Amino acid sequence: MDLFEYDFMLRALAGALIIGLAAPSLGIYLVQRRLSLIGDGIGHVALTGVGVGLLLHRSPVIAAVIVSAIGAVGVELIRQRGRTSGDLALALLFYGGIAGGVVLVGLSNDSSNANLIQYLFGSLVTTSPQDIVVIGILGVLVLGAMLAFRPALFAICNDEEYARVSGLPVRTLNLLMAVTAAVTVTIAMRTVGLLLVSALMVVPVAAAQQVTRGFRSTMAAAMVIGFGSAGSGVVVSAEIDTAPGATTVILALAVFVAISVGTVAWRLLRRRGTAAREVEPPDVVLQKV
Amino acid sequence: MSVVNVSHLAVGYEGREVLHDVTLSVHPGEVVAILGANGSGKSTLIRTVLGLVPIGRGEIELFGTGLRRFKQWARVGYVPQRLGAGGGVPATVGEVVASGRLARRGIFRPPGAADRAAVRAALSDVGLLDRINDPVSTLSGGQQQRTLIARALAGKPDLLVLDEPTAGVDASSQEAFAAALGRFETDGGTILLVAHELGPLQPLIDRAVVVHDGRIAYEGPVPEPAGHHAAPGHDHVHPHADTVKAGICEWAPTDPMPAG
Repeated sequence: MDLFEYDFMLRALAGALIIGLAAPSLGIYLVQRRLSLIGDGIGHVALTGVGVGLLLHRSPVIAAVIVSAIGAVGVELIRQRGRTSGDLALALLFYGGIAGGVVLVGLSNDSSNANLIQYLFGSLVTTSPQDIVVIGILGVLVLGAMLAFRPALFAICNDEEYARVSGLPVRTLNLLMAVTAAVTVTIAMRTVGLLLVSALMVVPVAAAQQVTRGFRSTMAAAMVIGFGSAGSGVVVSAEIDTAPGATTVILALAVFVAISVGTVAWRLLRRRGTAAREVEPPDVVLQKV
Repeated sequence: MSVVNVSHLAVGYEGREVLHDVTLSVHPGEVVAILGANGSGKSTLIRTVLGLVPIGRGEIELFGTGLRRFKQWARVGYVPQRLGAGGGVPATVGEVVASGRLARRGIFRPPGAADRAAVRAALSDVGLLDRINDPVSTLSGGQQQRTLIARALAGKPDLLVLDEPTAGVDASSQEAFAAALGRFETDGGTILLVAHELGPLQPLIDRAVVVHDGRIAYEGPVPEPAGHHAAPGHDHVHPHADTVKAGICEWAPTDPMPAG
């Protein structure tokens, strides 16, 4: 294939593969905490960061990292307070983020629609060599943190009170996760765009967990699915001339559907094969509660 | 030196005081049961001892150190009422129990051979070693509860704190549970547990503390149960207990209706 004779295609592929690997490694913790949509929310806030960057003639990516990290920490602090109004507070933050971004981008000198679209839906092929360096360094940091702290992060996501009684620095690790989420969102902004960022964190995990039995195997399978769909997304989108971010997400969803259909078919086949299973007697001598 | 020392503790939620002037000590090697009706404040008492609920007034010491300065959490094993639901990401029994090693190992060191051995030992202690690679969601409620005690035991604590460990647990799991606690006590461990009823745990209990309306109403040998629970042959079959315990029970009277 001669597509990869072009440097920009190689850069696009490298960027996509790094994100494809890093995003699910973080996403699995978000899914376990039932915060699947948080990446989407942080993506909205990151757009304000892009606006700030364009307005101040600074790097939009760096500004987006800073603003979305502040947003993610804010979300985490709201979550820790555990009020029912948290849900509403998150909604306000998200809409504030995207509205602020659109207004700020409009105020900047660089206010073409194309510019906005580039951040909302990704623009992998315009990724510069410097961008790849930033994506590479941050991606490796995210991946390293998520893998190195896996036992502690798993404990917190699985049972936060138990983790506190174990003396783990729960608050610090929660903030680490929030900042990592912001960093992942911002670097993935170039690949899939802010509106589809969450998909790369969540869809590979959702696909993997249908067939896995443990947390570690789910994480590994999700990373393989993320890596595979990001890589093939770039190639397929170049072949059929579609947006690489959306193509990647569609491919990841296709994996999800294929695994769902596969497991249902497998269960049906197995049920037909085995005789009626014995049902355990309901010998529940319950303590009075 | 006491393992747990609570003096003149008062705890409130949003202005309403739940515990008033509670004083209690647990000595090394002792097994103390905190009994009381739902809503009496017994769970709040142990949750405060564990630092999960802020102290209103009074003092708590663990192993002679004030709770605010206490750092040796590896010496404490906590068994909550039930396994957190999680977000649907599968986890194996072995992975859940391995969390029990974190207090001892810290967050920076990767798990080693000693950790894996401790996880296996704790699982065989509760009779679930053959399920180590199964997803916890495939276990029965009683087996999940045994997984939680294995998680606490894996850290090799000196003190076990259990919150209603046998509520809604089937008979065979209750016995496996009692046996594991018995071995822990024989090895010199201290146990503080909250229970509504003791069941097979009763022979282990050295001292019972009854909390009523946020105060300690009784301290001494395990008291005789009141009402129909005292009837001979009463085996506590409450077929609908699972639905009741979901939340309504927090305010339900102690003895809602005669059995049958």
